[in-house]
Amino acid sequence: MREGRPGSFYWLLAFFCAFLLFLYGPMITIFVLSFQGPEGGLTFPLRGLSLHWFEKLWNGGGIVDIKGAFVRSVFMSLTVMAATVVLSVLAGLAFRKRFRGQALVFYVTVASLIVPSIVTSLGIALQFRLFDDFIKTYGPEWLSEGYTTAMGLYTSGMGAHLTWTLPFGLLIMFAIFNRFDTRLEEAARDLGATPWQTFRFVILPIILPSLVGVGLFGFTLSWDEIARSSQSIGEKNTLPLELQALTTTVTTPEIYALGTVTTGVSFVVIGVALASILTLRARQARKGSDAGKGLV
Amino acid sequence: MKTKDPFTLPAWAQVGPFAFVFGLFFIIPLAFVVMVSFWDYTEYSLVPDFTLRSYVETFEGCYDQLPGLCTILKTYVSTVKFCFLVWLFTLLIGFTIAYFLAFHVQSVTMQMTLALISTIPFWTSNVIRMISWIPLLGRNGLVNQGLIKLGVIKEPLEWLLYSDFAVVLAFVHLFTFFMVIPIFNSMARIDKRLIEAAYDAGATGWQTLWTVIIPLAKPGIVIGSIFVITIVMGDFVTVGVMGGQQIASAGKIIETRLGALQFPPAAANAVILLAVVLLIITAMNRVVDIRKEL
Repeated sequence: MREGRPGSFYWLLAFFCAFLLFLYGPMITIFVLSFQGPEGGLTFPLRGLSLHWFEKLWNGGGIVDIKGAFVRSVFMSLTVMAATVVLSVLAGLAFRKRFRGQALVFYVTVASLIVPSIVTSLGIALQFRLFDDFIKTYGPEWLSEGYTTAMGLYTSGMGAHLTWTLPFGLLIMFAIFNRFDTRLEEAARDLGATPWQTFRFVILPIILPSLVGVGLFGFTLSWDEIARSSQSIGEKNTLPLELQALTTTVTTPEIYALGTVTTGVSFVVIGVALASILTLRARQARKGSDAGKGLV
Repeated sequence: MKTKDPFTLPAWAQVGPFAFVFGLFFIIPLAFVVMVSFWDYTEYSLVPDFTLRSYVETFEGCYDQLPGLCTILKTYVSTVKFCFLVWLFTLLIGFTIAYFLAFHVQSVTMQMTLALISTIPFWTSNVIRMISWIPLLGRNGLVNQGLIKLGVIKEPLEWLLYSDFAVVLAFVHLFTFFMVIPIFNSMARIDKRLIEAAYDAGATGWQTLWTVIIPLAKPGIVIGSIFVITIVMGDFVTVGVMGGQQIASAGKIIETRLGALQFPPAAANAVILLAVVLLIITAMNRVVDIRKEL
């Protein structure tokens, strides 16, 4: 073994620090600038320090229904998160066995990551458009009368988001079950546990911290999604879509305030997720083994 | 011992809801894209038909203008150029970061913490991360102010924002993550004894890097490359925001067509984009058999 750190360590460390600055620097700038005074502009210098732009944002001054979009996005991301966790866990369990079409499901999932988002979005838009036309033309009267569209946040929009979050969910499930010690399940079975008991008391507690990770991906990917939502979201926009539209029209630090709020939500979610992962891990370490405690 | 709960269900029932989502929101929509690309259209409606009109219009004038490039070819050349530059920079940066994490950070906890710190921005909004460059790169931004103060330039640089440079910078900023994590993952699996063996056999640092580490990290490199290339090929948001809506891209053609409610031409362009992306991936699959590496 070579002793001590090689010289290249310090170069690479410097490079890593520069990379972190590159990642976080711009984010910190808009965080600072969102506290501009009322006369401040989009760039430095800071003209006073105030909550002016947050207040303006809160009152919805000038910006189209941002509060509505915010609330819609929160609920939608939570729904997508829940669906991602449940569907990924079930699919992950299925992939541990053999089933017909296993390879097909896997390739379709990977393809969903690779096909450009705008293509998927366009496809969903076409699908719903043609469906709507069909209902309007051939649907029974009670349905076609007053019918406008089936497109919406929780139909086409949520479908579009799931084609983006589920592949990440499944890949994480693969990583989880690859490391999973199957002897634990066998032991549970040998002791007479039902499949549900095996899952509830053996598998779930072990994979729970990683499931929080799946949920984190589900929420954050949905919370920021633009490309897939762009054509398929229907009439009501989500927050990132409103935000994208604002980049061309808004020329005040209000957009930075909105950025700070959005990033704040992301950080709260990330913080909660990481804290629960650490708590769950600690709980596992504490309760995971009764070795040395004698007969219970 | 049979109870009625989802855990006694056969595998196909467990995977059912998952597969259903992809069938309904991915496979069928893709089929519609292909189908509608052959439809005819008027100003306000879709006309079921089998015509090559949308494709012919997309490539209109391409033959006559040779050796000059028509609009669609120019756009693809520009998109592929972005792709190549972004791929090169994300690969160089991502590889270096992953190498540092995997081989120079000794404790696993520290490795995970640093990998996490590199991942957190990925979980925040992309558009926010794009606009966060405005105060830095704008006409009166920090970079221009700094350079003027230092006396390097007299007039503010105009090409920092809303330019090709800004687009590439934003792509690298947003998507280096996709290189770091897979490459780090491949590197973390390399048996450290191999590195020692190379060292004992008299290999220099560069030789070890080139003949041991890079070949073993290839799966991660290929997976990262596929992510970055497919994202950049289909992008219209980053090019739009960072290019000041003035730069064309393969994805943006589709968006523009859709804005004009011209669905068949949009679909035809989507089919062309998909074909180009699949071509690139097939070529990469020649280099490394991705299936074997997963």
